[in-house]
Amino acid sequence: MGPPKPLSASNPHRLPSRVARDDEHLLVAAAKRGDADAFEELVTRYEGKIFRLTMNITRNREDAEDAMQEAFLKSYAHLKDFQEDSRFYTWLVRIAVNEALMRLRKRRPNQVSLDEPIEGAEDLMPREIEDWGPSPEQRFAQTEMHEILSEVIDKLEPDFRVVFVLRDMEELSTEETAKVLGISVPAVKSRLLRARLKLRQKLSRYFRQGRTN
Amino acid sequence: MNCKSVIREISNYLDGELEPSVKQELEQHLEDCDDCKVVVDQVRLTVDVFCDSKPVELPSDIKSRLHEALRRKMKEKGNQA
Repeated sequence: MGPPKPLSASNPHRLPSRVARDDEHLLVAAAKRGDADAFEELVTRYEGKIFRLTMNITRNREDAEDAMQEAFLKSYAHLKDFQEDSRFYTWLVRIAVNEALMRLRKRRPNQVSLDEPIEGAEDLMPREIEDWGPSPEQRFAQTEMHEILSEVIDKLEPDFRVVFVLRDMEELSTEETAKVLGISVPAVKSRLLRARLKLRQKLSRYFRQGRTN
Repeated sequence: MNCKSVIREISNYLDGELEPSVKQELEQHLEDCDDCKVVVDQVRLTVDVFCDSKPVELPSDIKSRLHEALRRKMKEKGNQA
């Protein structure tokens, strides 16, 4: 194998993405040796993403901040236990999801039931099928789009929302999502399908053709 | 493949997890069924509009409280060592 290819117009992202991954591993190693700056660098790198994650799960700013802060403090306290069999970020996500779910269960004790059996497929058939017309992203301003998405995901039941957030927004694999939530791969798939169909249905209210804005 | 099976397989189809023969059957159904095609396209778009990989800026008040808590924890740990 030859030396790494230089960056070029046809290969613009190769080096940065490799550096980012190698860098994470080095930062974790340094932090494990007690380098506080290295750990702060990891925090700075992921704080925005972890806050977005805890916010999307709890849908409450105060709980999201608490969950994020506790996740970073716990990951610092238990860094030596991190076995490096996954990315540091995935390990961090697992801690943050647990913290967020704990707070969500406190606020809505009867709505988070990830261990319930998987439902049948009878009720999956969409009831309304209407054309959405031109691309919603072109029809709505960015702020309005953000408000629509926030309102729609807020109304999704928490046990579906958590799976959707991890798979489609955080882009974890099905297996990683199952591991983070402590549920089976078929349960993740079933809940993801339902979450996607339910969100499509809820978005139709805003995106259907002929709606006046 | 009927409409019910298509709806059940939408996620696997969009995630590229279908066997080639099943994928072909599903795509054949989509060519003949406008309703299913609309639903598949809308679910794909639903995932796309929520999938936002842009960097996220942490609000400054939350950021300073986080880093303050972190430095306290580091100091505590340093004192224990």
